[in-house]
Amino acid sequence: MFGERDLQEGESPVIRGERSTLDRRRFMKCAVASGAVLGTSSKPAAGMSSGGSMQKQDDARFVVEAKFYQKLASKKIKCKLCPRECTVGDRERGYCGVRENRDGTYYTLVHSRVCAAHVDPIEKKPLFHYLPGTVAFSLGTAGCNVNCKFCQNWDISQARPEQIPADYAPPQRVAELAKQYNCPTIAYTYNEPVIYAEYLMDTADAGHAAGLRSIVVSNGYIQEEALRAAYGKMDAIKIDLKSFSESYYRNVVTGQLKPVLDTLVALRKMGKWTEIVYLVLPTLNDSDAEFRGLATWIKTNLGADVPLHFTQYHPEYLLKNLPITPVPTLERAKAIADAEGLHYVYIGNVPGHPAQNTYCPKCRKLLVERVGFTAGKMLIRQDGACPICRQSIPGVWHV
Amino acid sequence: MNSLDGASRRDFLKQALSGVAALSTCGGRELLAAGPGDLPIQSRVVVARDAQLRGTGSTVESGRVLNLLDRAMQAQFDRDKPIEAWRRVVRPGQTVGLKVNTLGGRGVSSNLQLVEAICERLQEAGIQASDIVVWDRDSEEMEHGGFHLAISGNRVQCYGTDRTGYEQDLVEQASVGSQLSKILTRRCDVLINVPVLKDHDGAGITCALKNMYGVIHNPNKYHPNGCNPYIADLNMLPEIRTRMRLTICDATTVIYEGGPGYKPEHSWKHNALLVAQDPVALDSVGWQLIERKRAEMGLKTLESEDRAPRYIATAADREHRLGTNDPRKIEKIEL
Repeated sequence: MFGERDLQEGESPVIRGERSTLDRRRFMKCAVASGAVLGTSSKPAAGMSSGGSMQKQDDARFVVEAKFYQKLASKKIKCKLCPRECTVGDRERGYCGVRENRDGTYYTLVHSRVCAAHVDPIEKKPLFHYLPGTVAFSLGTAGCNVNCKFCQNWDISQARPEQIPADYAPPQRVAELAKQYNCPTIAYTYNEPVIYAEYLMDTADAGHAAGLRSIVVSNGYIQEEALRAAYGKMDAIKIDLKSFSESYYRNVVTGQLKPVLDTLVALRKMGKWTEIVYLVLPTLNDSDAEFRGLATWIKTNLGADVPLHFTQYHPEYLLKNLPITPVPTLERAKAIADAEGLHYVYIGNVPGHPAQNTYCPKCRKLLVERVGFTAGKMLIRQDGACPICRQSIPGVWHV
Repeated sequence: MNSLDGASRRDFLKQALSGVAALSTCGGRELLAAGPGDLPIQSRVVVARDAQLRGTGSTVESGRVLNLLDRAMQAQFDRDKPIEAWRRVVRPGQTVGLKVNTLGGRGVSSNLQLVEAICERLQEAGIQASDIVVWDRDSEEMEHGGFHLAISGNRVQCYGTDRTGYEQDLVEQASVGSQLSKILTRRCDVLINVPVLKDHDGAGITCALKNMYGVIHNPNKYHPNGCNPYIADLNMLPEIRTRMRLTICDATTVIYEGGPGYKPEHSWKHNALLVAQDPVALDSVGWQLIERKRAEMGLKTLESEDRAPRYIATAADREHRLGTNDPRKIEKIEL
């Protein structure tokens, strides 16, 4: 009955309700997912697209032995990449869905397996104090080590790699493309870069060899050894601090707050330029007390100069019942953080809002004017000081 | 849930008593006090075994497994002939999906001869060969499990969700938010679950309920906390519940330790099938089978290893009501 093999490679059965099963629409959606929220000016990078086809699960090009794991008895392993510390049996995968135990050895399945690549303004990450007005060659893979109910990129972050069309983009090729597109930086973003730490490290090395910097957009849910090894190679880091409450992390993010706070402190000690984004979800993480606790913690543990972005939520994924964050809520958050003494508090995802701009904390002079994700006026001096009062403005302002 | 039409009261009591007696020997579970006559029987689980299933070799013999399947189906539905039993499950014109489990490779995937026997009986019940789809998550895994892919012609279809993809839209149920296989949503009027009984390092055991992890795009997200309550929530999805008719569990080879991957040193040729319409009852019986084998081999109970399959009780609770895990309400028939 099953003795005759007649299925051709890539052939698909006829499914009710659709003519073509492999999904260019899904591929395109994937490719533009990151920019879809505000209709940004990001553009897909040419030169990597293969037109999109389902990848075979064991495509050897993408499978590399993982770092950061411990072998256990009975061919089990314990992943030491993120605080989740998945114990994974043979032929099973970790929570992230992209690291697989094969006969007692743990492998990443997403090395060089890029499912989204764009040339993005660096303001879109957002990094406001790092090379403003430049573009970053931005890439992401499938998978994530948490499952935020509000995820804007769930199509890729919550999928397994074989479910998403992807391109083969080895580190050297990424560096070449970044140079070709005049990007001074390579950005690891869209899904959670923690889960492709090996690829990130190799690509950062290739980028640095080519004179390119690396930046990462991360949830910070990573163990310290992996943090030092992987993010030690980064030149700037944006951390999504999703809430200041453990219960929110447990119920909405499926993670933990404490390790993320530990990451922020570690990055501070490592001297990495870091900015923090706090996505404000109506009713879930928008209380005065939470804003105040967050701002106080940042000032105490990281200092008043760390940029903090309160960004607007747009309904997506499993929390479509919530409304868009009202702008007054974001303004309230900013007012509280300002009052607590933070110097650079921004409002994000609200194009044209004056709190997108950078002002000198001493003389209040407008120093960087932004419209959407475009940095217009940029007055900060080469030495990083305010041109009026000579106050030092923290950040990396010039290439 | 099946009714008791066709069974005498004496047979009924005899069968029910044997079920409770068997369950009472299991470790890690507290039996309830009431006798079987005090409660209505709700769910029947048939455990059909053939010690000679493999003859003198190591492979399951097609003729014997067909005979074993027939006996199990007749017992499950109280019918004298297999075809009559199958007509309780499917109607001509329907499309039928057999959700197999091929994660364990050649060593411990849904048995090929068993699947062929099911397909044979489905066709005799009036289902067109091309309206039967044998499927799992991934075609390559299916091939490793011994299945040969087929998607055309007037024959039984056989392929993985990688060939069709998942629905764009998410379905949500309590803790679960997932995309469903298009094979389930667009190719199956009726779903017959053909899992393998195995130990599972996270969930305790994997059998009927957990086999539905192969229906969604993100099963890796639902392994924390012993897969509880995710397995129960997933099985609540209308797209699954309304299609699910029957579970035919392959217990010809069982993994009682070190699963879900194939561990030959911990495999056990039990040469049995478990058949039920209630997946919770079937998983309860499967769990006790594994516990008994573990005890026989000198292993700790799953409970003492802190990995008892608690999702089974969740699936039976008031919020889910996917079946019963109460041994007093499970009629276990051993053939």
